[in-house]
Amino acid sequence: MSETTVVPVKRGVPLWAQILIWVVLIGLLVILAITLNRSQKGTAQPGDPIRDFSLALFSGYDLNGQSQVKLSDLRGKVLLINFWASWCKPCEQEAADLRSAWAHYKDAGDVLFLGVDYVDTEPEARAYLEKFDIQYPNGPDVGTRISQLFRIQGVPETYFVDQSGVLRYVQVGPFTSADQILSIIDPLRK
Amino acid sequence: MTGRNRLAIGWAVIAVLLGGLLLSQSSQRAAAQSATPSDDQVNQIAHQLYCPVCENTPLDVCPTEACRQWRDLIRQQLSEGWSEAQIKQYFVDQYGARVLAEPPRVGLNWLVYVLPPLIILAGAFLLFRALRSWTKPPPPSRAEATGMQAAQQADEYVARLEDELKKRK
Repeated sequence: MSETTVVPVKRGVPLWAQILIWVVLIGLLVILAITLNRSQKGTAQPGDPIRDFSLALFSGYDLNGQSQVKLSDLRGKVLLINFWASWCKPCEQEAADLRSAWAHYKDAGDVLFLGVDYVDTEPEARAYLEKFDIQYPNGPDVGTRISQLFRIQGVPETYFVDQSGVLRYVQVGPFTSADQILSIIDPLRK
Repeated sequence: MTGRNRLAIGWAVIAVLLGGLLLSQSSQRAAAQSATPSDDQVNQIAHQLYCPVCENTPLDVCPTEACRQWRDLIRQQLSEGWSEAQIKQYFVDQYGARVLAEPPRVGLNWLVYVLPPLIILAGAFLLFRALRSWTKPPPPSRAEATGMQAAQQADEYVARLEDELKKRK
């Protein structure tokens, strides 16, 4: 009787390699999930907490002589935070309404309009502000940090914050009239 | 093809596809500029930047008015003697790191540079192993060897039995 030589069966991928591959794949999936979750959150909604931020203002558009404003310093006032850009045509539609509404509240003392210029260039931004005679405080969103806090989807978008610092209303797109702005702000004033 | 081979090939294909997908996110470098900025010089830098508003559109080919303004800004900065690095840093400071065509090598961004080559290498290795296993037949396992031995013995027994039967006829 002859004997057949038996060779031990080769194993597949080593266990340590399988574990490493799974760890890397799961890690990538977690990163993907976090990124997708963040991108699908949508804009900040009424009731959402807004983290404190600083807005450096264009010279000539300061607030009571201050060239920078901090959100937390504005508690006690109703805030209208308007994101705009000089290249944004719908922004031009609401510029006159914003100016009229601001003129209505500018001496009241408890309402503040803030313009945040989104991914723009300063010369064009200034030309836009002069064209529409906008005089309330405006500044650039440096590094898009502020727009990321509000998770804006585009411009124009306007956020209304009450005197306690809570987001109360979000307007996506241009306003239809100055009266619309007044109808949102008046109920927030105490 | 055995199940194990199919599994190895499946892993290899997934690895190569993943590596290719991650690699496609990276971009190319570009060169410097002179004191009198021509369109080519402006676009050399603009090509390394993405429109901050339009998704996935390089600044040099973006047709919008905003992009034209940003290219004009680059031209102005070049004429003022700004370097390419200064211009790119200005855009990053103003509009965020996402305007760069090539992600900065900080934090998790390193994954974009390290993972694709690693995944492609791993996939190539798995593919190599799978292809090698196709050319060599697997050696018999202990159970198979025992079975072959038993079959061989049975054949010998049948042959002897037939011989005996023939002799008796």
